[in-house]
Amino acid sequence: MNKTIKSLEEVTIRFAGDSGDGMQLTGGQFTTTTAFVGNDLATLPDYPAEIRAPAGTLAGVSSFQIHFGAKEIRTPGDQCDCLVVMNPAALRAYLKCLKDGGTIIANSDNFIEKNLKLAGYESNPLEDGSLGRYQCYPVEISKLTQNALSDMNLSPKLVDKTKNFFALGITYWMYNRPIEPTLKWIKEKFSNQPEIIEANTRVLKAGYAYGETTEIFTTRYEVEPAQLPPGKYRSITGNEATAWGLMAAAKKANLELFLGSYPITPASEILHELSKYKNYGVKTLQAEDEIAGITSAIGAAYGGALAATTTSGPGMALKTEALGLAVMLELPLVVVDVQRGGPSTGLPTKTEQADLLQAIFGRNSEAPIPVLAASSPTDCFDVTFEAARIAIKYMTPVIVLTDGYIANGAEPWLIPKLNELPVISPKFATDPTTFQPYARDEITLSRPWAIPGTPGLEHRIGGLEKSHIYGNISYDPENHDFMVKLRAKKIANIANDIPNATIFGDNSGELLLVSWGSTFGAIRSAVENKRLQGKSVSHLHLRYLNPLPNNVGDILIKFKKILVPEINLGQLIKILREKYLVDAIGYNMVRGLPFRAIEIENKVDEILK
Amino acid sequence: MNLVNEILSQINPVSTQKYTFKDFQSDQEVRWCPGCGDYSILAQVQRTFPELGIPKEKVVFVSGIGCSSRFPYYMNTYGFHGIHGRATAIATGLKIARPDLSVWVATGDGDGMSIGGNHFIHACRRNIDIKILLFNNQIYGLTKGQFSPTSIQGQITKSSPYGNIDQPFNPLTLALGSQATFVARSLDRDPKHLQSMIKRVAEHKGTAFLEIYQNCNVFNDGAFELYTEKDTKDDNVVVLENGKPLIFGKQKDKGIRLNGFTPEVVSLQDGKFSADDLIVHDEKDSMLAFIIANMSNFPNLPRPIGVLYAVDRPSYNELLENQIKEIINKKGIGDLEKLFNSGETWEIK
Ligand code: SF4
Repeated sequence: MNKTIKSLEEVTIRFAGDSGDGMQLTGGQFTTTTAFVGNDLATLPDYPAEIRAPAGTLAGVSSFQIHFGAKEIRTPGDQCDCLVVMNPAALRAYLKCLKDGGTIIANSDNFIEKNLKLAGYESNPLEDGSLGRYQCYPVEISKLTQNALSDMNLSPKLVDKTKNFFALGITYWMYNRPIEPTLKWIKEKFSNQPEIIEANTRVLKAGYAYGETTEIFTTRYEVEPAQLPPGKYRSITGNEATAWGLMAAAKKANLELFLGSYPITPASEILHELSKYKNYGVKTLQAEDEIAGITSAIGAAYGGALAATTTSGPGMALKTEALGLAVMLELPLVVVDVQRGGPSTGLPTKTEQADLLQAIFGRNSEAPIPVLAASSPTDCFDVTFEAARIAIKYMTPVIVLTDGYIANGAEPWLIPKLNELPVISPKFATDPTTFQPYARDEITLSRPWAIPGTPGLEHRIGGLEKSHIYGNISYDPENHDFMVKLRAKKIANIANDIPNATIFGDNSGELLLVSWGSTFGAIRSAVENKRLQGKSVSHLHLRYLNPLPNNVGDILIKFKKILVPEINLGQLIKILREKYLVDAIGYNMVRGLPFRAIEIENKVDEILK
Repeated sequence: MNLVNEILSQINPVSTQKYTFKDFQSDQEVRWCPGCGDYSILAQVQRTFPELGIPKEKVVFVSGIGCSSRFPYYMNTYGFHGIHGRATAIATGLKIARPDLSVWVATGDGDGMSIGGNHFIHACRRNIDIKILLFNNQIYGLTKGQFSPTSIQGQITKSSPYGNIDQPFNPLTLALGSQATFVARSLDRDPKHLQSMIKRVAEHKGTAFLEIYQNCNVFNDGAFELYTEKDTKDDNVVVLENGKPLIFGKQKDKGIRLNGFTPEVVSLQDGKFSADDLIVHDEKDSMLAFIIANMSNFPNLPRPIGVLYAVDRPSYNELLENQIKEIINKKGIGDLEKLFNSGETWEIK
C-alpha cells in the first residue's frame, strides 16, 4: 500500500514499560542503529527509583528517551514526538512528555482491567477517546508476538520477553532505520542460544513487517544523517567517559591508576567500569566508607599513583575533612562528584546542580581546590582528563562535577587518539642534595612529589601547618599567613594555564546567559533559537569554575543583562555577583529534572520584553 | 613499566647499609610529656628496626591524630601524619599502590578504636599487609583527658566526672572478631618483650595488630601499673609462649587451666594440678585465641601478653596482585586505544 514519507530535522522517542519489559535494551538498540545511520543523538534512561516496584505500577515504570536528528543534538529532548508504551502505567507516567499531535504506540494487550486500575485509570484510555489530541496506535503486541513464535514451542514467559523486539521493529519501520545492526547484535549476544536468536529475529522482523503491511500506519519518517566531524564514533555514557578519562590520563602520565570508592547512586558505574580493567594498570578498592574511599586514594597518591575517588553529594560531604588534608599535603587527587538531588539523601536517582558551592567552599578554613564541570556525557572524558592534568601539574586535589543526568545519558563520542591527547608529565623528586618537601616550582608554585622508596628523601608530611620550603611543623604566625596565601595563589594562578572562556553569539548585547555543567545543551539550544528569531542573546558556558577563566569579567560587562539559569537556588550566580559585582538575574528550578530549552526561551522572552 | 617502577628500578642499589638505632632518629625534637610511655615505644621501635633488614627508604609510618600519632615525625623514615582515625585507610591505599613498601600505622585507643574503628576492623578483615601499633593508654591525652573507648567503667575523667559508664572495648577480641591474622599485646615498660613483639609484627604477612599498654602519666597515670611494676607484675601478667603452658607468678607457681570453656587460675604447689593440666598455648588456634583474649575482661585472671594469634592467610594486596597477574595472563596487558575502539563503533566520513 501507499505510505507517505515525511522528512524531519529531529525526533524524540521514549520507550516506556514495566521494569521487566526490556525498555533499556530496546532504547539501546534503537540508539546503536540510529548512530549507525549517521544521526547525531543524545539519550537518557530513566529507571524506577524503587527497588523492584510491583509490576504494572507507576513506580515500576522504566523508560529510555532518545533524541536524534539531522542537526547537532545537545539534549535527550524536551518533549517526545513518539511514545512507545508497553502498559497503562507507562502511558500514565509519560503522556505529559508527549507533544500535542504526537504518536503513541501502545501494547493494547496489556491494557486490561487489572493494569488500568494499577495505573489509576477508570476506563481504558485507548478506547475512551481521552487521547484524541494524539495519534494513537493500539497494537496487540503480545498477541502478534505469540503468533510469530507459535510453532516454536517456547515457554510463554520467554515468548513474552521478546515482545519488546516487536515494538522496536515497528519503530524501525516508522523512522526508516535498518534492522541489520540489531540482527547482528542478537546473533552475537545470544551466540550459544540459537532458539533465542531465532525468536528475537522473527519478532523484530514481524514488527517491521507489521508497520509495512498494516493499514493503520500511513506515514513513515525520514531523518537525514547529521553533519558530524569525520572519524570513528562510539556511544558512551557520562560515567563511562569519566572512567575512561581517568584511564587515559593515567596512561598519558605513565602512572598506575588507583580508585578508592564507596558505592553511591549515581556514581557507582564509574567504580564498576574501572573494576574491569585490572590488566590496564588500574587498581580499585571498594572502601568501607566514603572517608576510606578518599583517604585510601590520598595514600595511593602519596605512593605515586594517579589517585581518584568518586561519589555523589552526601558522600562528598563525608570526604570534606580529607579534602582539606589533600590541600595541606599538596598531593594530586581527582575527586568526581556525580551530583544528585539533595539535601541529605534527597533524590538519589534525580539530577541537580547541587554541589557547586560545596565543591568550591565546603571545607574548614582556607582550602582552595580547582573545580571543573562537565557539560555533556562525552565532555566527562575531557574534563576528567583535564582535572588529572591540573592535579599532577599543580600537586593539588581537583574536583570534577558531573551529575545524574549526564552520568547516565549517552551520546556519540568521537574516539580520540591517545597520541593526540595533551601530554601529562609528572616529575618525581629523586635528588637528596637539593630536596626540600615544601620547596616550590617557580611557575606552578607546586611542591615536589617525593615518593617513598627513594633513598635520601625520607621526610614527613601531614595535616599540621608546614613551614615554607622545609615542611616541618610550624605554628609561626607569619609562616601560617604566608602559607595560606601561597596555597590560595597556587590555585588562583591556574587561571593562566586554562583557555579563556568563549562566547556563543555576539560579544556584547542585551542579554547574556551564563551556565555551567549539564544545563549546557538546553541553554545553548534555547539561545540558538532566540538568535534565529533575531534576539540579542549570547551564551557563556563555564567549564572551569575555580579558578574562573581570566576573561569572564570582561565578557560580563559588555551585556546589559545577565541571566544565570541553574538547577539549584543560585550557586554560580553568588560567585559571579561577588567576584564581578554584576546584577545577574537567576532562573532556578529544582525539580530533579534537567531544564527544557523552551523553559529557558520563555524566561529569555520575559526578560527581553 | 610505569613511572614509579621505572624510577625505583633506576635507584640502584637500594640502601643495604647496616643501620643502628640512630639511623631511625629524625632531626625533630620529640615532644611528648616527660615520662610518657610513648618514649619507650619509640626507642624500642628504633632499636628493633636495624635488625629487620628493611631499607629505611622503604619504610612508611602513617598515623592519625593523638599523642601517639606524632610518632612518624620522630622516625627517620617516610612519615605521613594524617587526620583523625584514618591512618589505617591511608595506609591501605598506600600499600595497594605500593606493595614494595613496609607500611606501619601508629595509632591510639581514641584514634584507632573510636573515630577510626571502622577502618580498623576492615583492615583486619581484608588482611591488608600493614602493621598496626595501638598505643593504648585508656584516655584521650592530646585533648587533655576525656575517657576513651578503652577506658574502664567508673574511670573519672574530665568528661566523666561521676565515673565512666561506657563499656570498654577489648582491642584483642575486637581484632580477632574482625578476622585479624596476627594479634599480640605488649607493654611500654617491658622493652625486651616489646622489641620481640615488634619483630614478630614485622615478620607477619598480612594485617599485624599489636596492642601496647602505654602509660599516660599526665591524664591516666598508673593505669597499667599492676602489670608493669616489679612487685605486682609477675602475679598479674601471663606471658604467652607458643607451645608452652600458661604459667605465671613470682615463683612460677600458678597456671591457667580450662574448666570447660572457662579459664581459671590453679596453684601448681598444692599437688592438685601440674603443668600437664594447663592450657598449652597454640598461636594457630583461633578458639583458644578468643579465650585468652577474653581473660582481660576478668579481674581475677592475669593479663595475657605476647602473641595470641598468628596464622597465614593471603593478604589483600597479595590476592590483588595475583588477580592482576591472572587477568593479564588471560587477556594480555590492556591496550587503551583498542578498548576505546572496541564494541559497537561507526565511521563518519
Ligand atoms: S598527654 Fe599523656 S599520652 Fe600524651 S604525651 Fe602526655 S603523657 Fe603522653
